[in-house]
Amino acid sequence: MDLITPDVGLLFWTLVSFIVLYIILTKFAWGPILGAVKEREESIKQALDAADNAKKDMENLKADNEKILNEAKIERETMLKEAKEIKSKLISDAEEEAKIRAKKMVEAAKTAIQNEKNSAMNELKNTVVDLSIGIAEKLISEELADKDKQLKMIEDILEDSKLK
Amino acid sequence: MTRNFYTLFLFIFCCSFTALAYSNNKIENSKEDDFDVNEVIMHHIKDSHDFHILDWNGHPVSVPLPVILWTNEGLVAFMSSEFHHDDSGATVVKRKKQAFVKFHEEIYYAGNDKEGKYIQLDSSNHPINDKPLDLSITKLVFSMFLSIIIIFIIFILSAKSYARSKKGEPSGLGKFTEPIIIYIKDEVALPLIGEEKHEKYLPFLLTIFFFIWINNLMGMIPFFPFSANLSGNIAFTGVLAFITFVITTLVSNKHYWKHIFWMPGIPVPMKLFMAPIEFLGIFIKPLSLMIRLFANISAGHIIVLSLISLIFIFKSIWVAPASLLFSVFISLIEVLVVAIQAYIFTMLSALYIGSAMEEQEH
Repeated sequence: MDLITPDVGLLFWTLVSFIVLYIILTKFAWGPILGAVKEREESIKQALDAADNAKKDMENLKADNEKILNEAKIERETMLKEAKEIKSKLISDAEEEAKIRAKKMVEAAKTAIQNEKNSAMNELKNTVVDLSIGIAEKLISEELADKDKQLKMIEDILEDSKLK
Repeated sequence: MTRNFYTLFLFIFCCSFTALAYSNNKIENSKEDDFDVNEVIMHHIKDSHDFHILDWNGHPVSVPLPVILWTNEGLVAFMSSEFHHDDSGATVVKRKKQAFVKFHEEIYYAGNDKEGKYIQLDSSNHPINDKPLDLSITKLVFSMFLSIIIIFIIFILSAKSYARSKKGEPSGLGKFTEPIIIYIKDEVALPLIGEEKHEKYLPFLLTIFFFIWINNLMGMIPFFPFSANLSGNIAFTGVLAFITFVITTLVSNKHYWKHIFWMPGIPVPMKLFMAPIEFLGIFIKPLSLMIRLFANISAGHIIVLSLISLIFIFKSIWVAPASLLFSVFISLIEVLVVAIQAYIFTMLSALYIGSAMEEQEH
């Protein structure tokens, strides 16, 4: 029976001891320990979050890079295309111009040739006329001695002088 | 494994001879009076006013402890050695015009001195003397103070080990205590009390767990200044259970009381039937906490002492190896049991507190 009869003294001291233990441990042990544990747990959580964010950022960066690369590719292609177009246009323009120029030159040459030809013809005419006149003079001076001959000659000359 | 077992066996066998050499002496010395197992065990299990270490040449050697009494004349204090190991009420200590005697580890006012008897017994051999209020630092109180000092040293050193480290990780003693603290936090407080409120009750749960566990372990060490059966004393377990009861009652919400007196979801006759049962449950829960710890720890002490006592009962050295082997075996189991009992007490306290605060969900 003694065994299950609580002692007042022990009841009192247990209560006092527990309260003292609770207050002192809470202040000097549980507070710092649980605080440190909590802080550490939070820092681990933050580190994990940061790692996650970094991963996401990396992925974003990668996607961005790819996008930029694609854009650059497209731009390059368009530039090449434009350059090609410009090139072909330049070439065709130059050809056209050359043709026109050549044509003009040919025409100019033709007119010049015509002119030269005309002037040469005129000169030739003049020379022939001079020559003819000279010859004629000589002939006439010789022939005019004979009247018949004179007349015949005049007729011949007139006939021949029809130049083409 | 087998080799370890043989080593252990050999060790126990050798130990048993030493123990027997001592026990033989003792048996020879006290041949005339029979060895009373019951008295020896009960003397160990119960509290006493001085801390008995051993008997030397038939004389008890013990550490005197302060006796503190609240008497009719006020506070009285003296050392227990003034009773000169007397427990039969024959030695009187006089203070403040009052006389005290110690009878079966209780202190009484000494009665009239008739034929040298200070204790008057009634027909069933119970003293009828008046008792002062006994607030002595008994063996168990002494052991409790020692445990508090040990707990302070362990946990204040643990707490300091966090301050030394850079990133809030423990070092030294903290490495040993932190897993246990985190276990109580994550496996007991968090699931049973809940996310928001568990931090408020965690210090209480940790204190109660380590207070019980350290005292259980101290009770298992079989020499001075340990070996006291504090956590197997009903006053100790009763106070702890009472604290749990007070907290449970203080934090309880409307929902908790509604569940007790008017259980929702069952027919009215059942409600009427359940109400008194549930009402008794309020008190039975802490009482079960009290009795479970008291009975388990006391039983552990009784088993180990009974096994050792077998040697003295049979008065034969040949019992010693077996009884020592068994007591070592039981002690190993007890190491487990004391941890489990501390855990169960903590877990059930958390459960009761948690269920008293539970919000209406289901």
